[in-house]
Amino acid sequence: MADTVLESRPDLNLDVVRDEIGDVRTEEMLVNMGPQHPSTHGVLRIVLRTDGEMVLEAVPHIGYLHRCAEKIGENVAPYQYIPYTDRMDYLAGMNNNLAFSLAIEALTGLEVPKRAQVIRVIFAEMNRIASHLVSMGAYGLDMGAFTPFLYAFRERERILDLFEASCGARLTYSYITIGGVTDDVPERFIDVCREYLDYFEPKIAEYNNLLSFNHIFVKRTANVGIISAEKAINWGLSGPSLRGSGVKWDLRKVHPDCGYDEYDFDIPVGQGLKGQLGDCWDRYFVRIQEMQQSVRIVRQALDKLAGTPGEYKHKSGKSVKLPKDEIYYEIEGARGQLGFFIQGDGSQIPYRVKARGPSYCNLSITNEVVKDCLLADVPAIIGSIDVVMGEVDR
Amino acid sequence: MSQATIPWIEPVPEKRVAMRRKALLVLFGGGLTALIVGCVMLGVFRALPDQVGTIVFILAGVLPILGGLGLIPLGLLNGSVVLTTLGFAQIGIGALVGGLLKATPIDPLVVGVLLLVIGPIAAGLAMLTAAGVIVAFKQVVQLLLMRWTALILFCGGIVSIILLVWAHAFVFRYVAQLANDTTLNTSATTTFGGDLTIAELSTRFSGNWRPVAFVLWPLQFGLIRDLIAMGGVIGFISIIPLYTIWWERKVAGRIQSRLGPMRVGGWHGWAQSFADGMKLICKEDFVPPEGDGTLFRLAPYLAFVPAICAFIALPFATTYVFRDLDVALLFILAMLGIEVLGVIIAGWASNNKWSVYGAMREACQMVSYEIPMGMALLVPVMTAGALRLTDIAKLQQDGFGSWLAWNNPFCLIAFFCYYTASLASCKRAPFDLPESESELVAGFHTEYSGFRWSLFFFAEYAAMFAVSGLAVILFLGAWYGPLPLSWAPAGNDIASAVVRGLLFDGPILFILKCGLLLYVQIWIRWTLPRIRIDQVLYACIQVLLPLTMLVVLGSTFWLLFDNSAHPAFESFAKVVRGLLSLVGVVISIAIAGFIIFGFVNRRRLVGTLAIEHFPGS
Repeated sequence: MADTVLESRPDLNLDVVRDEIGDVRTEEMLVNMGPQHPSTHGVLRIVLRTDGEMVLEAVPHIGYLHRCAEKIGENVAPYQYIPYTDRMDYLAGMNNNLAFSLAIEALTGLEVPKRAQVIRVIFAEMNRIASHLVSMGAYGLDMGAFTPFLYAFRERERILDLFEASCGARLTYSYITIGGVTDDVPERFIDVCREYLDYFEPKIAEYNNLLSFNHIFVKRTANVGIISAEKAINWGLSGPSLRGSGVKWDLRKVHPDCGYDEYDFDIPVGQGLKGQLGDCWDRYFVRIQEMQQSVRIVRQALDKLAGTPGEYKHKSGKSVKLPKDEIYYEIEGARGQLGFFIQGDGSQIPYRVKARGPSYCNLSITNEVVKDCLLADVPAIIGSIDVVMGEVDR
Repeated sequence: MSQATIPWIEPVPEKRVAMRRKALLVLFGGGLTALIVGCVMLGVFRALPDQVGTIVFILAGVLPILGGLGLIPLGLLNGSVVLTTLGFAQIGIGALVGGLLKATPIDPLVVGVLLLVIGPIAAGLAMLTAAGVIVAFKQVVQLLLMRWTALILFCGGIVSIILLVWAHAFVFRYVAQLANDTTLNTSATTTFGGDLTIAELSTRFSGNWRPVAFVLWPLQFGLIRDLIAMGGVIGFISIIPLYTIWWERKVAGRIQSRLGPMRVGGWHGWAQSFADGMKLICKEDFVPPEGDGTLFRLAPYLAFVPAICAFIALPFATTYVFRDLDVALLFILAMLGIEVLGVIIAGWASNNKWSVYGAMREACQMVSYEIPMGMALLVPVMTAGALRLTDIAKLQQDGFGSWLAWNNPFCLIAFFCYYTASLASCKRAPFDLPESESELVAGFHTEYSGFRWSLFFFAEYAAMFAVSGLAVILFLGAWYGPLPLSWAPAGNDIASAVVRGLLFDGPILFILKCGLLLYVQIWIRWTLPRIRIDQVLYACIQVLLPLTMLVVLGSTFWLLFDNSAHPAFESFAKVVRGLLSLVGVVISIAIAGFIIFGFVNRRRLVGTLAIEHFPGS
């Protein structure tokens, strides 16, 4: 053991390639991108090995936002854990609530009232729109276009107003809960929501004119960060990042819960419209198209909600006892397949809670894609994968 | 909430408060003393005109030495280092001045008046002003926050600046007139080479007005005039960025469905930039400890000073030019080229990898945009046959049709090439790669803060104005209006002067045209995404460069045939010129229409304060 020398500060530059061509000395450089970098979307840290503007390697380092969310889940009752799920993917709190509630309901066999299911669909889809709006706006910001970001937030603001009217919160809702939703939708909700959808739908064309089909934007994103369908599946991508590669896979269609099978909607996939299939532009555009589909779903759900009176919540949602059993339940979140593994031991408190965040798996492909591209493409690729660090670290 | 109740703000220590009070007293007392000394000296000089040399020698040389000799023992006795040092300094100054007066043939009278009258009075006024500013600081800030006071201050400032400039011009002209006055000007010259000696001037200003001669005497030297005028130029280009930044923020706000600055100063936050500037000056003076401190401090000035220098040769109207160089265009381009050096040095000296990236990108970008930019500018230069900007402008005084942009098709293309390249030269979107904040944090100025950071911004906005000014002079009819100058009223009265200045000729038209081009730059910035470095190189070297080469070539042949030797082609050129002017008119009306339409429908189009759209509100 005496031979082992423990370095307190390992020399990171040890294996950096230095070269001498004539009288020009070149050297690779290690650059820390993040955790405080404007375009790493939170506290992602990527160590880039660069040769001039070329990126040779990108190693994502995570853990800067780790809050022991899974461990907390093993110490509180399921309905108490709902607020913690909000903080995972904080841009799509409703979807996280929904995934955990559905998992618990499936484990305990709780029946959810019909009206609650419709409300859940409305809020999950509205939150998908809000989340994709942030993603779209921030992607424009990554590309140097400031204005779409403000437009996206302007529209998102009104979705948040609707959420606030329903549950009082604008970011961490805890609205969808075990056995239904915490409260019925407020008065005039259907009218206001429909009015909003009428306002919002034409805006999508505006974003397309301003950003999606902008020549410079297309030049920056098309043919950049190409992920083939095979690669996407092998790396476990899901959500828009997977569908951007042309794979038609959406859990809302594959095993519909909350009655998604009763709604009429399409699954947009990347088609390689502006470049090769599976490039950044495809992934970006899938989100834009998904917003349109979400509007379609919400419209149908609003019609349905008007004709579905009844309870909005199962009475025993707060006092469920978990059987000695385990379950892994996945739904299609805003960023991909969001799953919860829950193991019960007969008490109210789960023995084990594990979350599968889609951002975590999607992020893993970074090094594979970022390799041998330009420095300016790194934000383009990370932005198109659209990670939320709260969900990666949990 | 008072300061003491906020736990994380430490109250100002008693000692420092006392020190501040003392400093204020010193300023007030010193200022008053200096004023009195100056006045007394004025009296002395007026009363004793004969033995002036001796008096000056005694006052400037012997008195300080005596004072110093008195101070040294006092300092030594009290053990005060400051007093002792002051004593020695006085002896040194006295010996220096006395020696200079004895050794050189400088007119002691001039030195005496400058040193003992004007010096103390100026110093006293400066100290009193400083003391007043310190006292009134809080009140001034309060004033700035009020609506109408701010506007009145602003308008008053502008009027006083104009009056000051006018007064300077008047004095300069008067001095020149005196120099040409044969009754006054004898063959004698001063030791510095000026035409007028004090004695000659004194014959004009006799009796009580005699001190005026001493004030006017230095103004005949080019160096002194340049120094005064440089002050004006620096002041002017400090105002441009402040207002361009405010305007950009307002425009950006409107584009982005916000309001932009609304608070500071009252009316649409017009004083926002002043407040920001004040804040920036008060910030911590940070230099990265691992970086190259000297270069780090030098870099902002290397960016800022060339931007000022560009304005030396940039005319605002036929006579509104600081130095009407015959190679003005080359000079301005060269100065804007130096600015890049500051950016590169800033990136290097910061010892930050992102800064180095920014600097390298700037270097890359510069080698790609400079050539097409220069080539594009060759076209109007060839058409006009001159490099002197005022000469090029003179060709365009016959109304809209004579503007060089529609002179021939190649000029129009060259205009667009130049405008694109000038965006790159100002580091404006979509060419803002050196500071692209989503990729390089803040690029070359990542490590900069406070005043040094603001210098980079001053340089950027001054450069924006300079390149817009070049575009206006070379393509868009310089400071002439769209109507031919020959239609202008020729009278000498104020009414026709105002009509001439507003509609036909003058700096106001020039600044308005520059403002329009600046607006387009801002518009582009807040609309387009940023392009990638390889795309910049591609666009500039593979697209713009061949295009400008083609344009230069085409323009050469056009000029070869467009003369009286080829009457057929000449008439064809006239038709083309007419058509292009029509295109220009259409474009101008379209842009104006866009702007007016956008302004009238500003709320509906961008939905300012989305609340308006919100159902139920």
